[in-house]
Amino acid sequence: MNILRALRDKPWLHPSAAATAAQYPGPDTTAAMRILLRFILAIVGVLFFLFIITFLARSQYPDFEALAGQPWQPFTDPSRLWFNTALLACASLAIQWGLGGTRAGRLNVTVAGISAAVFFTVLFLVAQFDLWLRLQSMGFYMASNPANSYFYLLTAVHGLHLIGGLVVLSNVVFRVWYDNSPESLSAPLQLCTTYWHFLLGIWLVLFALLTSRPETINALAAMCGF
Amino acid sequence: MQNVAIADQPDHLHDPQTFVTKYIYSQDHKVIAIQYGLTAVFVGLVALVLSGLMRLQLGFPDTFDFIDPGAYLQFVTMHGMIMVIYLLTALLLGGFGNYMIPLMIGARDMVFPFMNMLSFWAYLLSVIVLLASFFVPGGPTGAGWTLYPPQAILDGTPGYDWGIILMLASLAIFIIAFTMGGLNYVTTVLQARTHGMTLMRMPLTIWGIFTATVLGLLAFPALLVSAIMMMLDKTLGTSFFMPALVSLGENLDYSGGSPVLFQHLFWFFGHPEVYIVALPAFGMVSDVLATHARKNIFGYRMMVWAIVGIGGLSFFVWAHHMYVSGMDPAFGFFFATTTLIIAVPTAIKVYNWILTLYRGNIHLTVPMLFAIGFIFTFTHGGLTGLFLGNVTIDLPLSDTYFVVAHFHMVMGVSPIMVLFAAIYHWYPLITGRMFNERLGKLHFWFTFLGTYAIYLPMHYIGFLGVPRRYFAMGSTDFIPESAQSLNASITVSALIVGLSQLIFLYNVFWSMRHGKPAGHNPWGATTLEWQTPDVPPRHGNWGPELPQVYRWAYDYSVPGAEQDFIPQNHPVSASEQTSGEHEERNS
Repeated sequence: MNILRALRDKPWLHPSAAATAAQYPGPDTTAAMRILLRFILAIVGVLFFLFIITFLARSQYPDFEALAGQPWQPFTDPSRLWFNTALLACASLAIQWGLGGTRAGRLNVTVAGISAAVFFTVLFLVAQFDLWLRLQSMGFYMASNPANSYFYLLTAVHGLHLIGGLVVLSNVVFRVWYDNSPESLSAPLQLCTTYWHFLLGIWLVLFALLTSRPETINALAAMCGF
Repeated sequence: MQNVAIADQPDHLHDPQTFVTKYIYSQDHKVIAIQYGLTAVFVGLVALVLSGLMRLQLGFPDTFDFIDPGAYLQFVTMHGMIMVIYLLTALLLGGFGNYMIPLMIGARDMVFPFMNMLSFWAYLLSVIVLLASFFVPGGPTGAGWTLYPPQAILDGTPGYDWGIILMLASLAIFIIAFTMGGLNYVTTVLQARTHGMTLMRMPLTIWGIFTATVLGLLAFPALLVSAIMMMLDKTLGTSFFMPALVSLGENLDYSGGSPVLFQHLFWFFGHPEVYIVALPAFGMVSDVLATHARKNIFGYRMMVWAIVGIGGLSFFVWAHHMYVSGMDPAFGFFFATTTLIIAVPTAIKVYNWILTLYRGNIHLTVPMLFAIGFIFTFTHGGLTGLFLGNVTIDLPLSDTYFVVAHFHMVMGVSPIMVLFAAIYHWYPLITGRMFNERLGKLHFWFTFLGTYAIYLPMHYIGFLGVPRRYFAMGSTDFIPESAQSLNASITVSALIVGLSQLIFLYNVFWSMRHGKPAGHNPWGATTLEWQTPDVPPRHGNWGPELPQVYRWAYDYSVPGAEQDFIPQNHPVSASEQTSGEHEERNS
């Protein structure tokens, strides 16, 4: 571990410390962006982790009715959510494909990949919103049960993060377009791709949690000590 | 990529030309730091006035008609929230973090200057939203700074309607602002250090700010989560935290929610918040002590490890704020143990500060006085923390003035002492002029002695069992009459200390024009911020060439050296090289 080695350094001993100076070559935009992304992923991860912990804690109160398990619950048959998941997975695959095109210097693949990623992401958001409307029409309102509240809340927070990703992606694309330097797209697109995969991963966790039957939720809550 | 400008880009890329770009729409870390600082001090003065009003009521009850119980609770709430979040966090990280990081690590600016600017404007917006709550129907929230549900959003609590919504919105905006700034600080420290500035050559100020920022980035999401969920409980009628309730004879629509869940979330943020404030203060006071004692900091590596260790441990102690919430005794035992463990690295730091002073060439300058004052106040606050960390002692003392006295000593007065030390220490760098020494010392003695005049008796009335948050004691049998005399004396002391801050403000503004020119490095400090070609540093900080670092930040009173300090960018001499090799062989 570099950080542990660094923390053992004795800076008051000049010759040894001077020798390590070469390890820090100075500022580097790509490396800085990579560090930024890692911290953003950590923060987003903590945010969802905390939401999930509160979900598990709240699930142990008697008024909590999981959204799956009984025939009348909306996600006992989660096919609609599988469809939405497939849309987000397509977005993730498309942006990865676009990144591959950038690395291979094939601008048409890059454009197609990014366009498809944006298309599938927007479609996912629309499909999620449509799901909200369906739940409402079935009488599953936000305040009528904590499980419903969590469904709306978690999907909304996840959707907002995707919208944030779309804003950053469009900013990157337009800047590259404006500067007319497609070769400079590779590094920022790599970061966007990582972000998309991360949000897909978060969604899969949320999907699993929100469609879990009460026994599964209770077992998870018990593992967390609730 | 102008909006992600890296620290060593040529100056002209974002060199401000007009008043607006220089002072308003500025991406210069130093200007942003001053913007943060001025806003934080302004809002802090509002909180200071609120504390004065609270003390007037407590010291002289039934005297002031305009302070009713509701207004009193609003003053308490806004005072606490402003001081902890909008003053201390913002000034220590947004203010000093912004000013010091690029200068101390030898960078030209933050790595993402545009995002840095956005951070300040979002912070300003959060302050405006917060202060707007004074002008809405019902006024600001009076739920206490912890905003515990269910009372925070129920009829009967002052500001339950608009006030709490604005408070939660303001907190959410603040967290976004902090996150944008914090991402900048950590990335800049990790990525933009100049040649030779290894991690272990960074001054402890940077270690403190860096670790506190990491804590903030990971802890503030807990506050955001609780703010969002409480906002939904308030506005959309969800029941995340709200249990089934009968209010004023009516069944409310809430059911089954868990107020204790909010407490866990809040304190999962709230305790690291103590260290978000304390760690930068620890770092800055270390640098002030070393500089003004002309001695290298004692146990540098241990100081770094202690900062990192305290940061890590701070995520495992939160429930010691909740001993009276009815938790499992095993939980209480666990959190009492972790609380006592965190005292170990903290005590190491205190010993190291004292050992730094031991046989040092102590210059009793104003920054040094405040730094030494901090060691006193922090030790006192820390020791009472050991009392309260134990479940059996905490239970009877919970919700008494003992707790109020404890946390004011440890995270109110102590970081403020360091802030004053830091402002006086770096004032010559920031303004290019010296402050008035005599006024500074007068300010110190009023503040330091006044602090004890306020908080020593407050511990005592806490022991007597006087409860906190009460508008008036009324006819309470177990509290003797003399407690009221103490309360009056505390109020008089608090008003004097409050007014004495005018000396500080006068000194700051007067010296800006009339102070003696500071010249280059007036304290004889080793760290990079004092080695800039211009004082105050110009945009871009370093002129055409970035500095090269050759040594650690604490080469004071080195035997055989020409001066009693060797700046970090001073090359290593042949004799030092030889003695260094000798030392390394023996280490």
